[in-house]
Amino acid sequence: METNEENWELRLYIAGNTPKSKMALSNLKKYCEEHLKGKYAIEVIDLLVKPQLAEGDQIFAVPTLVKKVPEPIRKIIGDLSNEEKVLVGLNIRPAIK
Amino acid sequence: MSLETANTPNSYLSSLPKTLTGITGLDEITKGGLPKGRPTLICGSAGCGKTLFSIEFIVRGALEFNEPGVFMAFEEKSEELAQNVASLGFDLNQLQKDKLIKLDHVHIERSEIEETGEYDLDGLFIRLGYAIDQIGAKRVVLDTIENLFSGLSNQGILRAELRRLFEWLKARKVTTIITGERGDGTLTRHGLEEYVSDCVILLDHRVSNQISTRLLRIVKYRGSMHGTNEYPFLINEKGISVLPVTSLTLDHPVSSERVSSGIPALDKMLDGQGFFKGSSILISGTAGTGKTSIAASFANEACLRNERCIYFAFEESSFQIIRNMRSIGFDLQTHIDKGLLKFQASRPTLNGLEMHLVAIHKQIKEFKPSVVILDPITNLITVGTVSDVKSMLIRLIDFLQAEQITVLFTALTLNNVINEQTDEGVSSLVDAWLLVKDIEFNGERNRGLYVMKSRGMKHSNQVREFIITDKGLDLVNVYLGSEGVLTGSAREAQQLLEETGIVIREYATNRKDREIERKKLILESKIASLKEEFESVQDELNKTYIEDELRKEVMEKNREQMTRSRHNE
Repeated sequence: METNEENWELRLYIAGNTPKSKMALSNLKKYCEEHLKGKYAIEVIDLLVKPQLAEGDQIFAVPTLVKKVPEPIRKIIGDLSNEEKVLVGLNIRPAIK
Repeated sequence: MSLETANTPNSYLSSLPKTLTGITGLDEITKGGLPKGRPTLICGSAGCGKTLFSIEFIVRGALEFNEPGVFMAFEEKSEELAQNVASLGFDLNQLQKDKLIKLDHVHIERSEIEETGEYDLDGLFIRLGYAIDQIGAKRVVLDTIENLFSGLSNQGILRAELRRLFEWLKARKVTTIITGERGDGTLTRHGLEEYVSDCVILLDHRVSNQISTRLLRIVKYRGSMHGTNEYPFLINEKGISVLPVTSLTLDHPVSSERVSSGIPALDKMLDGQGFFKGSSILISGTAGTGKTSIAASFANEACLRNERCIYFAFEESSFQIIRNMRSIGFDLQTHIDKGLLKFQASRPTLNGLEMHLVAIHKQIKEFKPSVVILDPITNLITVGTVSDVKSMLIRLIDFLQAEQITVLFTALTLNNVINEQTDEGVSSLVDAWLLVKDIEFNGERNRGLYVMKSRGMKHSNQVREFIITDKGLDLVNVYLGSEGVLTGSAREAQQLLEETGIVIREYATNRKDREIERKKLILESKIASLKEEFESVQDELNKTYIEDELRKEVMEKNREQMTRSRHNE
């Protein structure tokens, strides 16, 4: 499955240092270290500081994790507490059903 | 003291701050616009004009009231929106450049979104807040926020967040319109009305008899008086106009000024001066009796007085009317060229009744005529029931009288129950009612005109024959003979007959005069001959008398002689 050599460019949009955003960030870091070690980059954008960025990535909920690369673009909304869903959303693991 | 305390809360209540929408008519119904700094819900089914309504709110706010606005679209992209409303003359791109409005398209694509765990809509708040701050917005539209429900599955979070959003909007003191799709049995599909409790406006799009009418109703407006009826509204090239269609008061000013009908003989029937200015006139009659000609004559006369006139034609095109009226000596084209006359020809089925009314209102407001003609109102029956037409005309007459505009309706009467009713229904509303009637007699059809009623003036009770010549219209006295009313050639024949009679009578008189003269001559000659006879008799008598005298003389002489001779011997 993970035969590609590409990098995961991840953006996490948060609004201030809330428990939810802290939770989301720590969850994200944990998953990335586990599954994407060495081939990921996380950019955290605080919309309270840069509100103008919300429109570009069509953010309406926070926290939102946006995966721009590799395609397709996916958004994962929430504190990322469900590992399974996040991994599927990031195309790290195929949806199982 | 009690008075003062009683007054204070009242004046406080009545001063609920409002924001003018700038949408024609809506501000009148809401008595000043939408509640300032609060959210208003506009709901309705698909295609009823919610988006247009809200975009006009934003654009008018920016252009007319210097209140910039944010339009957050959840459905359409900004470019699509700009294109869609360009037809209304709103240049959204330019307005965006001028920082008067801000369009923000919130794209929610379910397939791109995964939800996991807790989240909130702070992203949306920040986005909206950023947009508001950028242009100093006073107005916000969220169109249609319910789309969030289709993009996100956690209803609990959504509802809590929406409640928070509306509170937040109130705290930001922006006047907001939230649109919502109408649900089954509820105002909105997802129950947005629970969150927006200040003002709810319902839009509806109804089709009856294949004719659609858009309607607006204020479901609630907390803390304010408002019109409660369903008001029709119209979307045309100048945006939305809502019509406050019911006027409950009868207190419009009246004029005692008179206007000529354009037919001198008809004016003469109406107290010699014509109709009252600002009155309503009905001309009814069967097909082909010249109703349109009378209407055109009235229009022509108004234009000759240098007044403006709108002619709403529901049967003929303007070109047809102009051509036809040229044949009877009315040159309407010159009035059109001068900008005094305006034709508005449309089939009644083009719009619903209410739409017609809105359209007529709009035209009148723009053109400001002093005379309005509707020809014929009977055709409106095809788009509504008799009572609908009547109520529409009542409102139209109310409106026109308030504006001091003279209105002339024509109505077709048939020997048909429904139409007779219409005629009657309308005839009680109008101030003057002329009836043009066919008089069939002696193998020909002629037109008779009478004044059925004319409020406030002495009017003729006579039937006049109405004739259309190539020089215009005229009325002539009909001949009332032993055989009833005579018109047309029968009238002319009767007139000829009368003229013959006069000649014959004159001749007869002459003959009698001559007879008398002759008799006199005869008598006179008789008298002369009698005189002669008398003279001859007189002569005769004289002769004997003289003879007697002579004889007597002679005898006396003789006797003397004899005596003498006897004495002398």
